[in-house]
Amino acid sequence: MERRSFLKGALSAGLAASVVKTEKSEAATFDGYPDGMGVLVDLTRCVGCRSCEAACNKEQGLPEPEKPFDDMSVFDAHGHGEEHAEGHGGGGKRRTDEKAYTVVNKYDVPGIDHPIFRKMQCNHCNEPACLTSCFVNAYTKTPEGAVIYNPDVCVGCRTCMVACPFYVPTFKYSSAFKPRIMKCIFCYDTRLKFGRPPACVEACPMGALTFGKRKELLDIGRQRIRENPGSYVNYIYGEHEAGGTAWMYLSPAPFEKVGFDTHLPKEPILNYVKEFLGAVPMVLTIWPALFAGFHLLATRKDGHGHDETSEEENS
Amino acid sequence: MKRRRKSRMFWLSATGCMALFAGLNGVTAVAGMSISDAPDEVTIDSIAEFYQPVAFNHAMHTDITSGDCTVCHHHTTGSPPKEKPCINCHNGGKEADTVSCRECHLAKPFEAAAVQEQQKDVDRYYHIDKPGLKVAYHLNCLGCHQATGGPVGCQDCHIRTEAGDKLFHAKKR
Ligand code: SF4
Ligand code: SF4
Repeated sequence: MERRSFLKGALSAGLAASVVKTEKSEAATFDGYPDGMGVLVDLTRCVGCRSCEAACNKEQGLPEPEKPFDDMSVFDAHGHGEEHAEGHGGGGKRRTDEKAYTVVNKYDVPGIDHPIFRKMQCNHCNEPACLTSCFVNAYTKTPEGAVIYNPDVCVGCRTCMVACPFYVPTFKYSSAFKPRIMKCIFCYDTRLKFGRPPACVEACPMGALTFGKRKELLDIGRQRIRENPGSYVNYIYGEHEAGGTAWMYLSPAPFEKVGFDTHLPKEPILNYVKEFLGAVPMVLTIWPALFAGFHLLATRKDGHGHDETSEEENS
Repeated sequence: MKRRRKSRMFWLSATGCMALFAGLNGVTAVAGMSISDAPDEVTIDSIAEFYQPVAFNHAMHTDITSGDCTVCHHHTTGSPPKEKPCINCHNGGKEADTVSCRECHLAKPFEAAAVQEQQKDVDRYYHIDKPGLKVAYHLNCLGCHQATGGPVGCQDCHIRTEAGDKLFHAKKR
């Protein structure tokens, strides 16, 4: 129900935007739930201790990591073929996956005499592309600000993986028939729901992670920039990116130098999908048929060389 | 001054605000804002689950600052503050009722109750970004330690407990 009204609000805001061109993109999009929580990540404070990763692993019951969380050699290891994905959080850096909902990466920035560390996880978008792209409504943006998912309805089509501008959702393939979305859920079930901060925030010794109402975090971010001239780039990443995110970032270096995609639109990624979403019930009914169709196509390809009669036999 | 502080401390403990005292032991006796009144050692044990308590050598650190309390205690000790944002309001250097870190910096700053309490803070316009206790320590300590060659590795100051080793999926060093 809440989800529905959220989408409706987003849709009408999107429509208004297409009719009246406002100067500020902020005014043209849904600002998220008014009391939605968020986290301000301050890259000037992070020391790369990986306490947040360890806390996340424990809280979410994730599997044993390849290397212990006090092993700093992970910062120098290269990711799987990501070297050229500069600006997409790539650049040979680690990425979140089904075993780690959050990872910290190290960046050497010319002109700064110490490494910069950046924690990444789901940014819990105001208007999540994963949510709007999902045909079976597996995702929910909660009023508290978390983007969570229902594994029971997910059909494993991976549209959300492609839709997410931050490449966050991944899948666990413990069973070929029941793939499961795996991503940061803002500790919704165990903490956020009860008004408590996520485990990573509580673990961070440096205050690199500040939990609070999203709109107050913006005030805090502006204050830090104002009171520490020369320490920050005058920009809060996530204030507007992809329509705004609950997790936002302050940085001492240009954001593109520390693994951020600075070319993201200020509007929600999948504005147009919302109109399409009106057709969800229909999609729901034809989806199994569609899926079966894909399956059929795939098997046909495998069965290359079969003649018409054998195809009929197959179906 | 001294008496007033004592009665306040009594009131606090009498009302059972023990949670407030979880972070530091032994600083509450500070009075008169004279170095000689400060504790020689402070036990820091607010994250005792994962790390053994740290015995902070307060006397040694006051030597390092040559007795200048404001290096760590902002504007609360009665001398003019060093930090620019504090100067705007606290330049008069009125000493505060208490100078212990945990009186202002909460051990659990992001719990709903703490967040609500902070909203009520009359000074909230300026104090909107007050770090929690653990963070206040690290922000205060680490900068100096880096600049002066003090210990900076996590385990240089903190010995992990068994639960801490388990949390990090690591062996004892
Ligand atoms: S970052 Fe990606 S997975 Fe997270 S809410 Fe946004 S679109 Fe969804
Ligand atoms: S716990 Fe804080 S300081 Fe440590 S790596 Fe994570 S964000 Fe950085």
